Amino acid sequence: MARMNRRRFLITGGKLAAAGALTYSGLSPRIGRAADTVKVGILHSLSGTIAIAEAAIVDAERLAIDEINAQGGVLGRRIEPIIEDGASDWPTFAEKARKLLVRDKVAVVFGCYTSASRKSVLPVFEQNKGLLYYPTYYEGQEISKNCIYTAQEATQSVIAAIEWLAANKGKSFFLVGSDYIYPRTCNKIAKPTIARVGGRTLGEEYAPLGHTEFSSIINKIKAAKPDCIYSTVVGGSNVAFYKQLNAAGLSGAKQTLLSTVVSENEIDGIGRDNAVGYYACMGYFQSQKSATNDRFVKAIKAKYGQERVVGDPMECGYTGVHFWRLAAEKAKSFAVEKVVAASSNLELDAPEGKIKLHASNHHTWKHARIGVARADGQFDIVHESPLIEPNPYPKL
Amino acid sequence: MNVEIAAMQVFSGISLFTILVLMALGLSIVFGLMGVINMAHGEVMALGAYVTYYTARFFGAYLPSLMGAYVFFGIALAFLVTFAFGYLLERSFIRFLYARPLDTLLATWGLSLVLQQAYRSGFGAQEVSVPMTSWLTGAWEPIAGIQLPLNRLFIIWLTLLVSGGVYLILYRTRWGLRIRAVTQNRAMSGAVGIDTGRVDAMSFALGCGLAGIAGSAFTMIGSTNPLTGQLYIVDAFIVVVFGGVQSLLGTFASGFVIASSQSFLEFLLSGSMAKVSILLAVITVLYFRPTGLFTSKVRQ
Repeated sequence: MARMNRRRFLITGGKLAAAGALTYSGLSPRIGRAADTVKVGILHSLSGTIAIAEAAIVDAERLAIDEINAQGGVLGRRIEPIIEDGASDWPTFAEKARKLLVRDKVAVVFGCYTSASRKSVLPVFEQNKGLLYYPTYYEGQEISKNCIYTAQEATQSVIAAIEWLAANKGKSFFLVGSDYIYPRTCNKIAKPTIARVGGRTLGEEYAPLGHTEFSSIINKIKAAKPDCIYSTVVGGSNVAFYKQLNAAGLSGAKQTLLSTVVSENEIDGIGRDNAVGYYACMGYFQSQKSATNDRFVKAIKAKYGQERVVGDPMECGYTGVHFWRLAAEKAKSFAVEKVVAASSNLELDAPEGKIKLHASNHHTWKHARIGVARADGQFDIVHESPLIEPNPYPKL
Repeated sequence: MNVEIAAMQVFSGISLFTILVLMALGLSIVFGLMGVINMAHGEVMALGAYVTYYTARFFGAYLPSLMGAYVFFGIALAFLVTFAFGYLLERSFIRFLYARPLDTLLATWGLSLVLQQAYRSGFGAQEVSVPMTSWLTGAWEPIAGIQLPLNRLFIIWLTLLVSGGVYLILYRTRWGLRIRAVTQNRAMSGAVGIDTGRVDAMSFALGCGLAGIAGSAFTMIGSTNPLTGQLYIVDAFIVVVFGGVQSLLGTFASGFVIASSQSFLEFLLSGSMAKVSILLAVITVLYFRPTGLFTSKVRQ
């Protein structure tokens, strides 16, 4: 018997694979349907650190896809979602993005949460001429022709929040954030805004990501006695920060605190009792009253359970899918450049209200809303701005 | 800076000291006395935190009148569950790796990843909020302007209690005598009739039980999610290594040094810079004293 050498192995293997492929395509019932469906990718972390935030966005995006399919799909084709797990690991995100674009040839990808994951997939999208819808509020400083940003960039929430605080709560500010790019960029926008409205910045503090010891920062706040605290503390640190503020006597009833990162989804972990009375600035709150929002919240609860809450990033993920459908139907094509061209000034009746994509910078005109946390974990909306133009490269 | 703020800052230094000690005690026993590098120690803490969370849920649903006392049940249950978990873990897994410290490190790191994903699948990826007992919310105000958070006072009291208990066990019981004997000379201890395998299992279980207590207490100040353990493990290792492996006294001393300098520096600099300075100081000290602040005088 001849020994199997490497060359022979490769030849045999190749033949087998070819035969397999033939059989597969010959028998596969999918081929007949291929023309009726359009593949889209969903790329979020379903495992690892960030799964806490991203798993819920996947749910919202799948709901949007189901709704569109129930209405007959896009351009007469059913949407077939391909869900990939980025596993909270940036190289994995890039690899899965390549897989979706090159092997699955998806028309569009809805995905990413952290800026680090977005930065790692964007070169892949630019190289392979893909299209990404990004659903998270972020620090701005970016416009990619292969990306549509459906959430607020920093200026859209920070400036509105500071102006409202200065007008209603007082003009001295203390800035607290986690130590990475988003809080630092937000504070870079906040400080000149505070100066412009005639206020003073009494202090600016950063805690390492994941930090759980806030007593020194809280003592500094007590020493400075600011009218308002503007917080960009994220993740598990928030839980520690809010609990320790309460324990130190700076509860929501006594101290004004506004965060641009705490949505309904974070409140449950922080503990409703600990969050009561603190403010948040978002593009969307679950408690908004409108027919579109009622329908959206009801659908989420019906599909995923009555106890589910909906936060801003979920709504932006849901909105992204609908924006893409509108653009594709306006363009009468799934080709990326045509969809992007059709997206300019595209309007949508979203759960957060009527919003529209910007004429040129790929971001979204959005309302900024300020809410105060209630005992049931929802927000009472106390302020709603008119549509704010996105400005990812602000002059400061 | 006025007097009130200075007083509160001193208090937060003491509070951080007790938190670090509580965190590091279990690790000090497992790593210091037994020489096992247990990377899954933080996940055992997280287990303690989840046990506390479910105890609170149980009391809230079935015994709302006793809600004020649930903390004590939570801490006791967290200890029991993590103690049992540690015992099983040692018997089924760790004991096969004693002679191979590097393999232990990798294996327990793998275990920590498995546990994290297990918590995520079992308890959910979202943060859970452990309700605070009403008598532990708010602050004690001995003098107007000085507020000392009650939950931190409770943790200080708990740490004193636990440290006292560990001292009694290690230095005033036959079991502790056996643990110390095995630490000093395993072969000779075996020769004089000590069941070293049993001592190992019980010490490891005790270390895990202490981690459970720590995890349970930290639900009052920090967050509880599948990754909670990761927040504490690095600090715990730094405290143990800096203090000198094999020395419980060293763990206390290093906890005190690190906590007081951290809260002092945090007030002067930013949180990140304070952390950087502390790490630099630790590296410098370990460079000149590779065995840490305190070393036990044992013939190697």
